[in-house]
This record gives sequence, structure tokens and C-alpha cells, in this order.
Amino acid sequence: MTTQAPEDQASRPAGDGDVLRVEHIAKRFGAVTALVDLNLRLARGEVLGLLGDNGAGKSTLLKILCGFQPPDSGRILLDGQEVHLRSVDHARSLGIDVVYQDLALIDQLSVYHNMFLNREQLRGGLLSNRAMRRIARQRLDDLGIGLKSVDSPVARLSGGQRQAIAVARAVYSEAKILLLDEPLAAMGAKEAALILDLVRDLKRRGDVSMIIIAHNYGQVLEICDRVNLLQHGMITLDKPASQTSVQELNDIVVAEYRRALEERQRTA
Amino acid sequence: MSETVKRADVGVGAPLGQVPGKGPWTDLTRLGRTFAQQREATVFVVAVLLVIYFGFISSRSSIFFTQADFVNITQIMAPIAIIACGEVLLLICGEIDLSPGFVFLFAPFLLHYVVDFYGVPAVPALLIVLLFGLVVGALNGFFTVTVGVPSFITTFATAFILYGLTLYTSHAEPSVPPANTHGWIESWFGQLAWSELIMTVIIVAIVHVLLTRTRWGLHTIATGGNQLGASEAGVNVARIKYGNFMITSLLGAVTGLMVAFQLNTIDPSAGGFQAMFYAVTAAVIGGTAMLGGSGTILGAFLGSIVLALLLDGFNLNGISANIINLIFGAAVLLAMVVNVQLARVRAAGRA
Repeated sequence: MTTQAPEDQASRPAGDGDVLRVEHIAKRFGAVTALVDLNLRLARGEVLGLLGDNGAGKSTLLKILCGFQPPDSGRILLDGQEVHLRSVDHARSLGIDVVYQDLALIDQLSVYHNMFLNREQLRGGLLSNRAMRRIARQRLDDLGIGLKSVDSPVARLSGGQRQAIAVARAVYSEAKILLLDEPLAAMGAKEAALILDLVRDLKRRGDVSMIIIAHNYGQVLEICDRVNLLQHGMITLDKPASQTSVQELNDIVVAEYRRALEERQRTA
Repeated sequence: MSETVKRADVGVGAPLGQVPGKGPWTDLTRLGRTFAQQREATVFVVAVLLVIYFGFISSRSSIFFTQADFVNITQIMAPIAIIACGEVLLLICGEIDLSPGFVFLFAPFLLHYVVDFYGVPAVPALLIVLLFGLVVGALNGFFTVTVGVPSFITTFATAFILYGLTLYTSHAEPSVPPANTHGWIESWFGQLAWSELIMTVIIVAIVHVLLTRTRWGLHTIATGGNQLGASEAGVNVARIKYGNFMITSLLGAVTGLMVAFQLNTIDPSAGGFQAMFYAVTAAVIGGTAMLGGSGTILGAFLGSIVLALLLDGFNLNGISANIINLIFGAAVLLAMVVNVQLARVRAAGRA
């Protein structure tokens, strides 16, 4: 394979601003190699676009980063300290939080109960709904998420609003690193704008660093600081978002696909 | 806040006059709208309709509406409502328990055994029976949550195990509550005319607060609404399910003791699947979803009142025992149809 060689980030001097570094990560599932010697870094307050076609290894990397499964080899460094993520809860306690597309919220519960799920405010052993309602309202307003009511069950909200609430919940659970899994998939333009604005807003505040995982390059390129392209379990491109384009990313992926096709035809 | 205002603007489903203006009418309409927004509103209307109906057709015999009949209704209602409290919690978190009617059956026999065969004093004996209820619930939880058998099967098996245990140990012979429970225990927990109602109201109130105002209730709804999402958020789903199985079995034991004290008999044909089905039916009539995620204790309470009114009303109106099941079944269906239609009107008013 002779795709564009990635910069060897691991050999770089440790940047003080890097909140997360992934070094030489590999993962196999039986005969299938999902990740090969993968290196990745995330600077503080940075928005990194992790792009790649279906099957490139995005979900495997996500599962490793959120503590769902360990890598076969390699290291994960959080603020320069090596960590072994034992579970999703453990990763979360270290400040790494994933927002899955549409998965995390409870349809039947109100917006504010969802935002406080398992971190409820209590008064005399009972739920303090008034306090939770007020704080939820305030947090959503702070993030510029315009919701008419925090009392309605999330089942009645649109996909974008739900995603925004899931992000807000993660942000206020003291997440330092937010992994957004396909945040714009199956979303209309207006819905997508809501999420993009939210990401911009979080970027301006600078408390969280974000990795946006997506297979649709066009939608996320504009809000990313930097872009990593994942192909066959390796990072094959690492560039500031301003120095690449949807065209370039597409060309790389399509060229790779053609080459693989030719190779298969030759061996057949 | 703004949503409440918007809802009120639409105003369909408010049973009272829609005249905008001042004075008592506005207060009444507002009250009506607040009422119509409650999920329990429709089953409440059904219950009121039933009272009117039976009051009307039995006005000649005039037994309905007497104090004796009132007590009778509460005694029919109490076992249904108390077990329904547990079933609502379980149905909300996506499970069901078919066995509480058999904990109901075995509990008073167990009391009889530990007192009359092992000489245990009354109060510790009662605690042993309640503890037994908790153990049955924990076993239901173990096989359902830890082993992974669907709760329908787990609790079906538990039901038969308890049934067999009861018949085997009692030789299918009735008995009486042990002598050392005569007096205040028997009076307070079943014999006094209103003790069933008082126990039911206390239990309903406690479980209602548990469901609507505590973390436990919130996590129960979250578990049934989206189990994966709930555990993602760190909710201990297994613990919630174990706990709700234990609450349900405990309430089954409480009901069994209550009915034995009330009748001063321990009956080997008491409880059973019928007690459980009445309770689940009351829960569903009261607006609990069989697929989990939503339900209310007050709704189940009203549902059990509806069932009790039907059972009592048909008895009083001298319907022959041979046909009463047919009429009861049809009436439950009719009550639910009215309930569903009213709920539709209510939803339209909110949209």
C-alpha cells in the first residue's frame, strides 16, 4: 500500500497542549485487522475531524477511546499520562465522553430529567425537579440551544435537538474530551446547523476538545481545526482543515478504492 | 411554562365551558384543563361513569352506595391495587411478574407454619413472611437479570413452584391465621372495615412517590424506556430490576396476609393467576404500557377501582354466577375502549 504517508506523530516531541495522544494502537478481530499502528493526537480545545469511509476502522477506534474495548497493543495518553481505560464508566470518570447518534436519551423522560439522569439533584431524598428544571434551562440557554420547554419528553423533539441535549449533558458532566459519533447523520440542513453552531460555541468557550467522527466530509470540514483521514486502520492524512478540501479527501478515498479493485481483478 | 399556555389555547379535551372571561368560569376551565392533562384523567372518567351506571340501575334495591357496599368494594379493590403497584414498576422497567398471586397464596400458610409448628412469636413471624416475599423477588430477579431467562418464563415457573409448595405442605386443606395474631394485628391488617382501604392508600401513596419523586422511579422509567441508554448514563439497570421484582413479591406477601386476616381463613384457592391478572389489567387500564417506559401508580389505583366496581356491581345486580364472567370480560373491554377513545381526545387537545 503506497498511500500518502502520514506524519509520524508519535515521534514528535510531546506537545504540551495535547490533551489526548494515541500511540501505535493496533486491534485485530480474528483474521480481520481493524487498526494497524494508529497514531493520533488531539490538542486542547481543538476540534479534530476523524474522517473515513465505512469499514475504515472508525468505530473500532471510537470503542477503544471510550473504554468499551482495550487495544491489542499501543498506548493512550491523557494529558501526558498513560491510561488504561477499563470501562466506559472509567473513561468517563477520566473525562472522555461519547455522544452516540440518538442512542443515549430516554424518550419517555423530560429534557431536564435526561440532562440529569444519574446525576440528579435531590432535596431531602426526593428529586428536586424545580432546581433541575431551572439549571437545565440555564445550561441550554448558555449553549444557545433554543428549546421551548425543558418539560416535554424528548420523544417530541427533533433529531438535532436530541443530539444537542446529549452534547449538553456530556459537556456539563465535566467531559474534557467529547467524541461525537456521526453527529450529523440523517439530519436535515436546519438540524445540522443547530449542531454545527453548538460545536462552534463549545470551541469558542474552549473547555472541551472534540473528535468528530463522520463519513460525510463536506458537512464537518468547515468546523474542524484539523482533519485525519482513516483508511484500512491507519491514518493516511493529517492536515489542518484549511489546507484540505472535500475534493482532495474524496479523491484519496476514490483512488484507493480503484486501486483495490484493480488489484482484486488482477489476482482473480 | 410557555407550553402550558399553548396547550390551554387549544383547549380541546377540557370538559367544561370554553367561555373566555372572568369569574369562577375561568378558574373552573383552568381546573378542567389541568385535569384533562393528567394521564389518569380518562380512567377516572370511566370510574365515575361506572359509579353513575351502577347507582342508577340499582337505585331500587339501593344497596349500592351504602356503607356496607363501600367496604365491600374496597375489599375487592385492595388486593388488586396493592399487587398492581408492584406490577406497574415492573412493567415500566420492561418486565412482568406472573407469580405475586402465589406469594399471596403461600404467605399466610407460611405464617401459620412458623407460628404453629415452630412457635415463633407473631411479629417476628410476620417479618419472616415479608422476608420470604423479598427472597422470592430476588430469585425472580436472579433468573431474569443474571441468568437471562425472560421474566415471563421465570415468574411462570416461580408461580407453579409456589403453588406446588402450598398444596404439598398444606395438603390443600384450609387453615386459620395463628392464634397469636388475633387482636390488634388481625384488626389493623385486615379485620377492621376500613383497614384494607387504609393499607391500600398508604401503599399507593408510598409507591407513587417512589415512582414520581425519587431516583429509583426515574431510573425505573429510564431502564424501560431505553435500557442501553440508561446503562450508558451509568444507571444500574440490574439493581433496578432486582429491586422491582422484590417490591412486587413483597406486596404479594402483604396482600396474602391481609386477605387471610380479613376473612380469618387461609384458603388454598386464594390469590393465584387471577389475582395477578386483575392487577396487570388494572395497571394497563390505568395507562401503563405493556412494552415498558411509562405508567402511573394512580392510574393503576383507579384501574383497580374500575375492576372492583364492575365485580361488585354485577354481583349486586343479581347477575347469575354462570354468566358473570362473560359480562365482566365484555365490560372490561368496553371500559378500555372508552378509556382509549378519551385518551385520543386528550392527545388531540395537547397537540
